[in-house]
Amino acid sequence: MEIALVGLVAVFFAVAVYLLLSKSIIRMLLGIVVIGNAVNLVLFTAGRLTAEVPPIIPAGEYVPLAGSANPLPQALILTAIVIGFALFAFLLVLGYRAYQELDADNTDTMRLAEPEDAPRPPLSY
Amino acid sequence: MASPYESLDLPPAMIESATPAADWVVVWPVALALVGAGLLVMLRGRRDMQVAFAAAFVAAIVVSNIYLVMRVFEAGPLAMTMGRWLPPFGISFAADMTGALFSLAASVSALVVVFYAQSEIDSREHRFGFYPLLLLLLGGVCGSFLTGDVFNLYVWFEVMLISSFGLIVLGGRKVQLDGAVKYGFLNFLATSFFLMAIAYLYGLTGTLNFADLASKADDLPLGAMLTVAALFLFAFGMKAAAFPANAWLPASYHTPAISVSALFGGLLTKVGAYAAIRVLMVVLPEGRLMLEPVIAAVALATMLLGPLGALAQTNIRRAIGFLVIGGIGALFAGLALGTQHGIGGAVLYATHSILTLTAFYLAAGVVEKMSGTQDIRLMGGIYAANAPLSIVFVVLVFAVAGLPPFLGFWPKLLLVEGGVRAGQWFLVAGLLLNSLLTLMAASRIWAHVFWRNGPEGERSEQPNTMLRALTGAEKRYALGSTVVLVALIVVLGLFPNWLFTASGMAGFDMLDPTRYIDAVFAEVNRP
Amino acid sequence: MNTVIFRTVAPGIAALMLVFSIFVLLRGHNEPGGGFIGGLIGASGLAVYGIACGVAEVRRAMVIHPIVLAGFGVFIATLAGLMPLFVDAPFLTGLWWIFELEGQEIALSTPLIFDIGVYAVVVGAVATIALTLENDEEHY
Repeated sequence: MEIALVGLVAVFFAVAVYLLLSKSIIRMLLGIVVIGNAVNLVLFTAGRLTAEVPPIIPAGEYVPLAGSANPLPQALILTAIVIGFALFAFLLVLGYRAYQELDADNTDTMRLAEPEDAPRPPLSY
Repeated sequence: MASPYESLDLPPAMIESATPAADWVVVWPVALALVGAGLLVMLRGRRDMQVAFAAAFVAAIVVSNIYLVMRVFEAGPLAMTMGRWLPPFGISFAADMTGALFSLAASVSALVVVFYAQSEIDSREHRFGFYPLLLLLLGGVCGSFLTGDVFNLYVWFEVMLISSFGLIVLGGRKVQLDGAVKYGFLNFLATSFFLMAIAYLYGLTGTLNFADLASKADDLPLGAMLTVAALFLFAFGMKAAAFPANAWLPASYHTPAISVSALFGGLLTKVGAYAAIRVLMVVLPEGRLMLEPVIAAVALATMLLGPLGALAQTNIRRAIGFLVIGGIGALFAGLALGTQHGIGGAVLYATHSILTLTAFYLAAGVVEKMSGTQDIRLMGGIYAANAPLSIVFVVLVFAVAGLPPFLGFWPKLLLVEGGVRAGQWFLVAGLLLNSLLTLMAASRIWAHVFWRNGPEGERSEQPNTMLRALTGAEKRYALGSTVVLVALIVVLGLFPNWLFTASGMAGFDMLDPTRYIDAVFAEVNRP
Repeated sequence: MNTVIFRTVAPGIAALMLVFSIFVLLRGHNEPGGGFIGGLIGASGLAVYGIACGVAEVRRAMVIHPIVLAGFGVFIATLAGLMPLFVDAPFLTGLWWIFELEGQEIALSTPLIFDIGVYAVVVGAVATIALTLENDEEHY
């Protein structure tokens, strides 16, 4: 089971890197989503995939059943998903605004902050 | 009522003894920042109250950080585990001298920026929450410095990142959007790698607490340890803008309002450097040893390329951005040495760098207000118009380059001494060359901005007509707060004794984290 | 989207979702539920109302700006964490006051205050984003 997930992580990373290397902001956004999910899957796999027993304490018991799943990675992933979603929402709005204001979806043409014809520094005092 | 839990034979998981209120000082900086941010958001219509509350909260954070440093100075590392759970089950906050000193320096810088910001944050930027975001950013930064849990470190990184996103687009000018796109994407990528490294570390050791990791990570197989250490180094190097991953910093740090630039330049990159030192020294010391040549190469390249980049700039803020990168190189040089002198020097250098680079950005902001431009070719003649500013600036030029007797000299001295003792001659040469190049770049800015009479090419003796005088508010808030910060840098440079002792303690506790581990597990080991 | 049917039904759906969100909020801690999921349901209710009746109507109905609600949430959640200071326990320790009311056991606690804070943060923040995206005229 771990092997299958590792393969999935590899596929996700390949897709994400391919998308992130693109010039287009919208493709890079998709790459961000995919890489976020890939990392969450790594976190999930790192917690070991053991049992089909959910980590819920049954009524009348005070400890989880033996062999139940590890709840910690799930908590970590939930945190990571929430944070990742917030960052992605910001980047999505930012990308949309940049598209409206700068009229550019192509990172090559976004050179306002670093002008392409940057002046040479003064050579003399 | 008899608890049914008592019939079970479970090992204790809760802290039984009382926690003295004085121990709360580890969480005060973060808790105050969060309470303050919430309160300021609620007061969003009331500008005057927002300013007063923001100043009060940041001042309270400074005071609690001073108390924290004093406590750590006297009694060694201090820890507290949340929710009465025993570590490593509960999330720990733990401060050794490194974290406490970084946190103090960061909050002092933020306090100065709160006052400075009144000269330039307009009502529109105000309505979108400059002060709440500043407090949230400070909370994230202090949280990163004080947390004792690697996943919690990730959470504070993200708190810091989200509030920095808000700050960098504040005002919404086109150039800010352009800078924010690059800043946002690359920082998101860095945190993804950080999270992946955490996942591997958790998978290998089954724990996330720094103190617990420090005692468990020694037994890891070397290959796995090297992989995890390399991932951490890459993620934190990207956050800190070390050489191969530094391009986002000069592309974005010059775009927002100068108060925001100053906060970013002073605070944010140091968090990456701190995390690299903490994780590689305490958790994965053998991984650091294996990566030492890589860290040394990164440090060397960063130290040389930073100031060289600054030399090639005509935009004053971008030039300072490259100086920030050069300073990160010196921090990584300390990490590459990995000795008492190296780590102590790096901690002291970061303290200096937080204060000095904030002041440098703030001084550049005053220059921009007078000349109305960021282009140093169009400046000139400010010495005649405002002599005190030129004195402040030249002090900063010497401080950032590490000339005696200013604060920047002492950490450089420690680092060079550490390099000589370790026989790392390349790093020694790099550190000295970094000082020389930084001095060239910074004094060149000073000469062009202050000494020359007018814009480039003009030879007349007439004063520069493009300059305007500072208004009363700008003099009071902008120039005044910059002068106070520079005065602090000068005083700390003249009386560095306690800082030397503190950095010695910081280095000692990083190399041998026994005291740190004992502080975190004090409740567990209590008989 | 603003057909007559939808505009007539939407206030009812929104009200039902808000009530349900508070139910989910209070049910939390020992059973599935809690501030985060409740807040998401509440914010979705506001978003539905916004789609049907317009953003201005939602802002009028909410009285306070959603971001103020988020700030309030951060404020009381942190205050709930600070309360153990008075009983010499560490930050964020849960304190419980259990009493009986007409034969029913009522449990009040700092985790509940914390959860209400989380609820307010989530409703406020998600509603801010949703209303901004629904409204094309106004940005941020």
